[in-house]
Amino acid sequence: MSLHRITLTINGVHERVDVPSNMTLLQMLREKLALTGTKNGCAAGECGACTVLWNGEAVNSCMVLAVECDGGEVVTVEGLAHDHQLDPIQQALLDAGGVQCGFCTPGVLISARALLDRNPRPAEAEIRDALVGNLCRCTGYQRIIEAVQAAAQADAPARA
Amino acid sequence: MSKTETRANGKMRPPVGQSVPRLDARDKVTGAAQFADDLQFGPGLLHARIARSPHPHALIKRIDVSRARALPGVKAVVTGEQTPGYIGLYLQDRHIFCRDRVRYVGDPVAGVAAVDEETAEKAIELIEVEYEPLPAVFDPVAGARPDAPLLHPDLGQYEVASFIFPRPGTNISNHFKIRRGDTEAAWGQCATIVERQYRVPHIQHVPIEPHVAVAKWDEQDRITLWASSQSPFAQRNLIAKALHLSQSQLQVIAPYVGGGFGSKAGVSMEALAVVIAGAVKGRPVKLRLTREEEFFTTFVRQGLVAHFKLGCDREGRLLAMENTYYWDAGAYTEYGVNMTRAGGYSGTGPYDVPNVKVDSLCVYTNHPVGGPMRGFGMPEMHSGLEQAIDDLAHAVGLDPVQFRRLNCIRGGDTVATGMTMHPTGLPECIDRAAEAINWGVKAPPSAPNKRRGKGLAIMWKAPAMPPNAGSSARVAFNEDGTVTVALGGQEIGQGAFTVRAQMAAAALGVPYDWVRVAGPIDTNYSPYEWQTVASRLTWSMGNAVKAAALDARRQVLEMVARAWKESPDDLDIVDGQVVSYKTEESRSLKDIVIYGLPNPDGDGWIGGPVLGRGNFMPTYVTGLDPETGQGPRAVVHYTTGAQAVEIEVDLETGKVEVLRGVSAFDVGRAINPDMVKAQMEGGLVQGISTALFEGLKLKDGRVQNPSFVDYRIATAADAPAHIESIIVEVPQDDGPWGARGIGEHSMVPTIPAIANALYDAVGIRLDAPPFTAEKVYLAMQAAGIAQ
Repeated sequence: MSLHRITLTINGVHERVDVPSNMTLLQMLREKLALTGTKNGCAAGECGACTVLWNGEAVNSCMVLAVECDGGEVVTVEGLAHDHQLDPIQQALLDAGGVQCGFCTPGVLISARALLDRNPRPAEAEIRDALVGNLCRCTGYQRIIEAVQAAAQADAPARA
Repeated sequence: MSKTETRANGKMRPPVGQSVPRLDARDKVTGAAQFADDLQFGPGLLHARIARSPHPHALIKRIDVSRARALPGVKAVVTGEQTPGYIGLYLQDRHIFCRDRVRYVGDPVAGVAAVDEETAEKAIELIEVEYEPLPAVFDPVAGARPDAPLLHPDLGQYEVASFIFPRPGTNISNHFKIRRGDTEAAWGQCATIVERQYRVPHIQHVPIEPHVAVAKWDEQDRITLWASSQSPFAQRNLIAKALHLSQSQLQVIAPYVGGGFGSKAGVSMEALAVVIAGAVKGRPVKLRLTREEEFFTTFVRQGLVAHFKLGCDREGRLLAMENTYYWDAGAYTEYGVNMTRAGGYSGTGPYDVPNVKVDSLCVYTNHPVGGPMRGFGMPEMHSGLEQAIDDLAHAVGLDPVQFRRLNCIRGGDTVATGMTMHPTGLPECIDRAAEAINWGVKAPPSAPNKRRGKGLAIMWKAPAMPPNAGSSARVAFNEDGTVTVALGGQEIGQGAFTVRAQMAAAALGVPYDWVRVAGPIDTNYSPYEWQTVASRLTWSMGNAVKAAALDARRQVLEMVARAWKESPDDLDIVDGQVVSYKTEESRSLKDIVIYGLPNPDGDGWIGGPVLGRGNFMPTYVTGLDPETGQGPRAVVHYTTGAQAVEIEVDLETGKVEVLRGVSAFDVGRAINPDMVKAQMEGGLVQGISTALFEGLKLKDGRVQNPSFVDYRIATAADAPAHIESIIVEVPQDDGPWGARGIGEHSMVPTIPAIANALYDAVGIRLDAPPFTAEKVYLAMQAAGIAQ
């Protein structure tokens, strides 16, 4: 299969990657760039464990071809914290006890980040709606929802 | 007992009893935490795929792998020819790859290792297998009959644990019985008798992380297995036995597990990777199950067909129970036989009943392999029983909560196996759950087309395991005074590492943030632990860690006492400082735990690197009589509890919404209250998911819904808006600080609590979960109440 050279920004870093045309963004992240924070739970766009930000939108990276990302911008869970400072949503999830096994956590964080970026004060129903594509088998979701509410509060001063 | 030991043993020392943050949380929110699929093996890594049986039951007449072997990129092809040995936890009834016969759709018949997954998949398609289909068994009741097609003609030759009773010549691989009192005579004394039949479908654990195993053999037949595993030691033991190797030839390394719920206990797919790697020595081989495979080729939760008969006197006192459980245990019951046993010895539920007959039968069927799942038979068993209890209460004219207060098991009662019940907070759990849900008060529905209802159910569960399942731990110090705890129990999300760190800190007398837990679990370096199952770690591994920490503490205090010419009884370790209550002298641990102290009596030094060791194994569990199920002590202990829910049913659609869920469990002593509550919340929602949505749709042995689209689990939209978790603490006499387990229990009573609420709301009872909108609507329509 022929390789395509693509350039894109991942977590703020300019990357040049040679990818086969059938390689997904998820495969590229995990196998070509060793960014293993993004998880593979179903490879069918159903569980949300592989959620990343692609040009600001939360997407299942297993449903996006790497070549589609040429020239784009991708943020993974590894790109949320800066200089050892956790993103407010990471801190809030940690504080709320919304992490158990941790396998859905990267996807949950990215979906929540995308929600808060477009809707800084989401209602509880909007939070549930934004997370509906991120399956979690451990927590029962309550603490995740509380964490998003807390992160919205924490984000607020920064935006004011 | 010395004063120092009393201090460490007796009262709760910080940080025990405090809701400290998880050790692993930061790594998990930054993406740094490593799971099995994240480990890097370089360009030498090969990828494996499995050829599986398309038939539920068939003889293998011929396998031809020559075309697969010839495909460029294929490095190895293996079949059952390489796996003559048997494998299994309690009953060795399976080959790693099938040899002469397949027994379920998905049974592995051959494996391929290739340079990439695509090539391996192509090679699988080139493997030719000629089958001769056989009549199959798809129902456990029919399968238990003498004329049913026989799945395991060799049942009588299989190696089996001493407390499992197979019936060779039948499909019954275990029959557990309780005979206590005289049920036949008791029925005559009952004022009211209720009989119910109930079915529970197979479900799947669906951890979000699929199973991953990477195996590598070297030329001396030393094997390394990296796996998403709850049971590195059991895997080492069982795989070594099956391959006729020494256990020490096998090293199992298990990083963080992305959800287990039982599916990653025992051995399921890991042995496949090991056998394939054996054919291509020197190269690591990775087998990663697809989500589709995850649904039916690893363990599933067994199906159950249950029959209940229970009766009480005019005052509502339970007089007799006769319960029969037919477990649809699947093609191999190596693990399932013990679920059957647990369902049997706990088969009355948490009730004081003088006359009991229980039959719990493990039946081979041509369904996916039944294995352990959170609750280990208890959610299935309680599902029907706790509805029958409600029915009996109504029939005798008692409120269901009042009926449970009257009949529930209490400390000092004799349980159905003859064991004396230890002190338990079950009555308090019932009261507090009922109070929190505002029992007896009906709130108006949110819309005219809806009806509200409340339901409550109670439960008990004991750790189900061999009588002598053991734990061990080491506690060592680093140059900076921090502490490293080595243990063999796994962090699967439940918080095992965090709680063990709290225990080590409390027993030693150091701050919590001084404690590290040595991971990943590695059978070459981690001390032995039986398995991370049965909600046994806080209690069993906790005891081992506490003992190791106390051992280290003793060594430190004895060394310092010698150096300071004092008695160890006058010394203590507080906040990482050794202090003397006599002289008020103090010294930081970091100065002494590696390098020792100068000899007080001259030149030289005393002490040396401190290394604490501890182990724990229950020694008091007894066997039970095979005909009566009677014995002094069937189990180590029971965790008990209650759940109550408030639901709303839509009369126009049949949709059931859980508005409020309350859990109250007696955990003995909460080492980390917030994480105990997190277990209760997660279990409640998993229970709700199994009550409302989940079931493997099996047709002629084939799973019809192996995807998240067709097998729905609870999402963020389904979790109740109000969840309350109540901790009840009646200490466990041999638990560390009084603690006992809580991980599994929180999903045990959820199905019947919701079923009882459904009855309260609209007066219908369904014969099996899940209570989907369609089923509820049709039942309401039949009852003339649907709109």
